[in-house]
Amino acid sequence: MRVQTNNVDSFHNLQELRHSASLVTKVFVQRDYSQGTVCRFQTKFPSELDNRIERTLLEETVKTLNSYYVEAEKIGGQSYLEGCLACATAYIVFLCMETRYDKVLKKISGYIQEQNEKIYAPRGLLLTDPIERGMRVLEISLFEDRGSGSSSPSSSMSSAAGSAR
Amino acid sequence: MSAVMITRKVRKWEKLPGKNTFCCDGRVMMARQKGVFYLTLFLIVGTCSLFFAFECPYLALHLSPFIPVFAIVLFLFVMAMLLRTSFSDPGVLPRALQEEATFIEMEIEAANGNVPAGQRPPPRIRNVQINNQIVKLKYCYTCKIFRPPRASHCSICDNCVDRFDHHCPWVGNCVGKRNYRYFYLFTLSLSLLTIYIFTFDIVHVVMRSVDKGFLNTLKETPGTYPFKTALDGAGLCYDIESPVLVCFFTLWSVVGLTGFHTYLISLNQTTNEDIKGSWSGKNRVQNPYSHKNIFKNCCEVLCGPAYPSVLDRRGLQEDSPAPASTAAPNNSNNSSSSSPEPQAMKTTAPLIFNEHTPEDAKPSLGAPAQKSPSPKEEHPPPSKVPPLASPEPDVEASNIKDKSH
Repeated sequence: MRVQTNNVDSFHNLQELRHSASLVTKVFVQRDYSQGTVCRFQTKFPSELDNRIERTLLEETVKTLNSYYVEAEKIGGQSYLEGCLACATAYIVFLCMETRYDKVLKKISGYIQEQNEKIYAPRGLLLTDPIERGMRVLEISLFEDRGSGSSSPSSSMSSAAGSAR
Repeated sequence: MSAVMITRKVRKWEKLPGKNTFCCDGRVMMARQKGVFYLTLFLIVGTCSLFFAFECPYLALHLSPFIPVFAIVLFLFVMAMLLRTSFSDPGVLPRALQEEATFIEMEIEAANGNVPAGQRPPPRIRNVQINNQIVKLKYCYTCKIFRPPRASHCSICDNCVDRFDHHCPWVGNCVGKRNYRYFYLFTLSLSLLTIYIFTFDIVHVVMRSVDKGFLNTLKETPGTYPFKTALDGAGLCYDIESPVLVCFFTLWSVVGLTGFHTYLISLNQTTNEDIKGSWSGKNRVQNPYSHKNIFKNCCEVLCGPAYPSVLDRRGLQEDSPAPASTAAPNNSNNSSSSSPEPQAMKTTAPLIFNEHTPEDAKPSLGAPAQKSPSPKEEHPPPSKVPPLASPEPDVEASNIKDKSH
């Protein structure tokens, strides 16, 4: 595939991936609510990605994302201080200051960008930041190179439906 | 991919489904019916203006200048909290895009297996275990998602809201995860302000009547009853009476509401859960979100992190035909598998891709004040009646189920 040749030109590669390759299907990694309402994604490996990427790589990505969210939502000294300071100023300080959660979200989007460039784009996959999907799912788009792809979008969709079980 | 000439940049809030109104180019988000919110503003600003205009000069002179200063600070805090609650995103969950909705549909069908013809398919519920408690996640037919725990669909705003508490017409918005602490601080500070104004109203009346009484006794007969002069003093100052009356009635309702929400926070429950009796203790059902410690529960609700809005209102609307073209064959594939439901899905809620979203998504600042749908009940906390809740509709789910058969 084209994107394998140059990993240096980061953002352009991802754009090229979107334009040169055709979208086959999307897989959604759901939220894991077993520990309450904290933002956490399941580490269960979707079957559609079996021959696309190694299990450990995706698990590693999801675990790192989960740790970032834990850091963002941690209720501790810093969140108390931030809350008390904001309350004392009638929350006007939030208009000028970035909250800790916002800072962690920026780190997350940087991390996802980096993972896309290094690991997922070379394999024809693309992760979408969960914040763009309402923090409900981690969307993984599967691409196939135009021309070299053996299956058309609709038939591969039904084959993915069949393997979804 | 054809190039589309866009003369005006369209922001995402203009195409959002749901019945919200947006102002300031998407920065402000409220419910459609704002009449009661304007009434709240009028009552607070009006009462405080009367207090500042007619009573504060006297009190500042005869008691202390800090009295009006503290009243002003408290008033500004109340207004800030009210505006913050009303104008912010309560924690709306964006609706599922086409692919996600299709994916969930496929998972549901796979889980249900073959349903014999003529039989109703099982209800769309996912069970999760949270802290040794089975919690049922319901499927929202409007938003096409399985609602996260504690989320609920507000029928007035037509959105799923995370940690939905209730829809408050007085504030003109839903109260959810993102603005619950502002709502609580608003009721708390409004209670303090009401008590403060009420107290100093009484002090003012008493002081004035004592003054008049003193002067009268000096000038006229010593046998004049001070009680009569007190009444005269009160009757003569009509500009004191209205704040007193408003404060008296507001006091019981707002203080009661504050007390009720303090109780809910200490148990880490929402108004919605309280009404439905989700964690009432029947069948050994306990609240899995509670830390079993009042202090920890309060800290989590009031001192937790400030959650960001996941509803992108000010982002620019993209015209991306690539996903839309692959969505079309997905629809046709699905329609063969389960007959009536995709049709029902297609007609109910327009998704973000659809360029022809209904006109009611646009803001209308001049929207006529409509009657508030949920009546306000005033009860003190011991009877545990939540005053401002709007009932959570499972009616829509059952309606759609009936339609599909």
